[in-house]
Amino acid sequence: MNNPYLPYPVRIDSVVTETEDRNLKTFKLVFLNPEDEQKFKYNPGQFAELSIAGLGEIPIGIATSPTEKGFIKFTVNKVGKVTNHLHNMKEGDIMGVRGPLGNWYPWDALEGKNVVIIGGGFAFTTLRSSIVYMLDPANRSRFGDITVVYGARSPGLLLYKDELAAWEQRKDINMHITVDGTDDPNWKYNVGFVPAVTKQKAPSAENSYAIICGPPIMIKFTLPVLTELGFPPERIISSLEMRMKCGIGICGRCNIGSEYVCKDGPVFTLEQLSKLPNEY
Amino acid sequence: MSDIYISRGKFPEIIGQLMARYRVYAPVLKGEYHEFAKIEKTEEADLGYQNTRLSPKGLFHPHAERMFEYSLVKDDPQAGILKEAPKDFSPRVVLGIRPCDAKAFQLDDVNFDTTAYQDPWWVRRRQTTTLIGLACNEPCGTCFCTSLGTGPFDTAGLDVLLVDTGEGYTAQVLTQKGKDVVGITSGWESVSRTVSEKMEGLRKSAEDSLGRQFDFDPIKQKDMLELFNASFWDEVQFACINCGTCTFLCPTCWCFDIQDEVWGDKGDRIRLWDSCMFPLFTFHGSGHNPRSQKLQRVRQRFMHKLKYYPDKYHNGAACVGCGRCVKFCPVNIDIREVVRRMSATCVCPA
Repeated sequence: MNNPYLPYPVRIDSVVTETEDRNLKTFKLVFLNPEDEQKFKYNPGQFAELSIAGLGEIPIGIATSPTEKGFIKFTVNKVGKVTNHLHNMKEGDIMGVRGPLGNWYPWDALEGKNVVIIGGGFAFTTLRSSIVYMLDPANRSRFGDITVVYGARSPGLLLYKDELAAWEQRKDINMHITVDGTDDPNWKYNVGFVPAVTKQKAPSAENSYAIICGPPIMIKFTLPVLTELGFPPERIISSLEMRMKCGIGICGRCNIGSEYVCKDGPVFTLEQLSKLPNEY
Repeated sequence: MSDIYISRGKFPEIIGQLMARYRVYAPVLKGEYHEFAKIEKTEEADLGYQNTRLSPKGLFHPHAERMFEYSLVKDDPQAGILKEAPKDFSPRVVLGIRPCDAKAFQLDDVNFDTTAYQDPWWVRRRQTTTLIGLACNEPCGTCFCTSLGTGPFDTAGLDVLLVDTGEGYTAQVLTQKGKDVVGITSGWESVSRTVSEKMEGLRKSAEDSLGRQFDFDPIKQKDMLELFNASFWDEVQFACINCGTCTFLCPTCWCFDIQDEVWGDKGDRIRLWDSCMFPLFTFHGSGHNPRSQKLQRVRQRFMHKLKYYPDKYHNGAACVGCGRCVKFCPVNIDIREVVRRMSATCVCPA
């Protein structure tokens, strides 16, 4: 019997510090056993449990796209025991990955549609996965216009800065990068909160889906903007966070009403969430 | 296979025959209360018990269980790589379990054994264990099994059902596993008419003593959010001290935590029972807690058993009416009263 609690052993291939506050690092992981990589088939929007022997596990969104082969990446915020230890690990160290877990953004439904991606702060990891996935030459024609609104408090807190700059240069994606504020005179993108920038750029709701991930306050003020733009609740998609242990809907702690965020989520439409208790 | 009978005097021989082939677990008196434990001598099994204080869920989902082990020795190429911890899955008989507790395992199965994921330890223990139940001739005052679709003589979750008829035990063999286990024992005789009539009488008096204490069906029809937002939760939670006794004793409370423990340069990943009564249960790394209030946690426990679980699995309530939470709650919170409140239909004046 396959043991769903057993992590695949992986080696840390590289560590990149993403933000100027040094609280976010991206870990590139390579499977020790090539057959494990074959088993780890995922879709953008899924997550995995990162496992460190002696400390425990943490649920983290997969930041790479399945179109990127040979490795997986996770961007981890330094918060507690496991993440603090992970931030001190280095290239060549051995750890574990268990997954892929949870559901994913509804790629079948998104086919042929315009996709509006709205992200804030460090909740941009599975959104990065989604953008890379859609921009892949094999996939780009499956989707309509791609619009991205991504904001952070300051330029130094944006994730994946090199990629953001590269996407800015492309014609097949509309990038709207923004910061809450900056004193950098060379800042060439937007200044303003994500809800305000979304309202100003006003992506069309026609034949469109919106995927929104970010801090609760950002989501709270962006949802009315999306509604005003004409996005119905079944076309607004979000990904939730919750304290998790097993990640497979068994240990019982991450439920919202009858749904387990780890197994039935983490991706829900606003319409689905409106029928569940507001306990997240 | 028709029912069989054995006299009380010969019954220890049956236990002995089982012990020769299986690991046998039975109710054993420890201090003031009974609990299920592996028996080494036939006389340790005490079938004169009413029920155990702690539910027998630990037989399949131990209170603390080693999942994996690993080395942390520097330069060990296997350091930090988790290996399955060895476990004993040899065939096992659980003797004298109550029908409600056996039914509870079936309710828990839909959580541990799903199409997407199978909990390997739960599933293997279920496969290698035979449940020989013991009907309840005298249910407790806190029991309400018949109100939730099970009963003192319910055979649903069992492989064999024993009935204590005073001078001996009748056995009803219910499954192939039950047939295999009974097949290795000898000394049984056929059930006489007198014994058969006595057994029917016992069943009727046990069931009649329980009655129907509430109607669960209206809860199924009600909207999840209507129940979630109901005002009565404030009264239900008032006395609760969040001690977690209810979840600890409950046969259908399976929630667990996963932790790593390190001893020198060796480590274990273990799982331990956890409880939705504790604030840490849902405490995020960020400091946010979706169930920081006591009311939210008390509501979660009852809503999970009586609304979320039935809505998700269409398998009835996640409660078998064993009454442990009612009997041992230090502040007398009574799930039967909560069900009545949840199922009540308010008829407002026009």
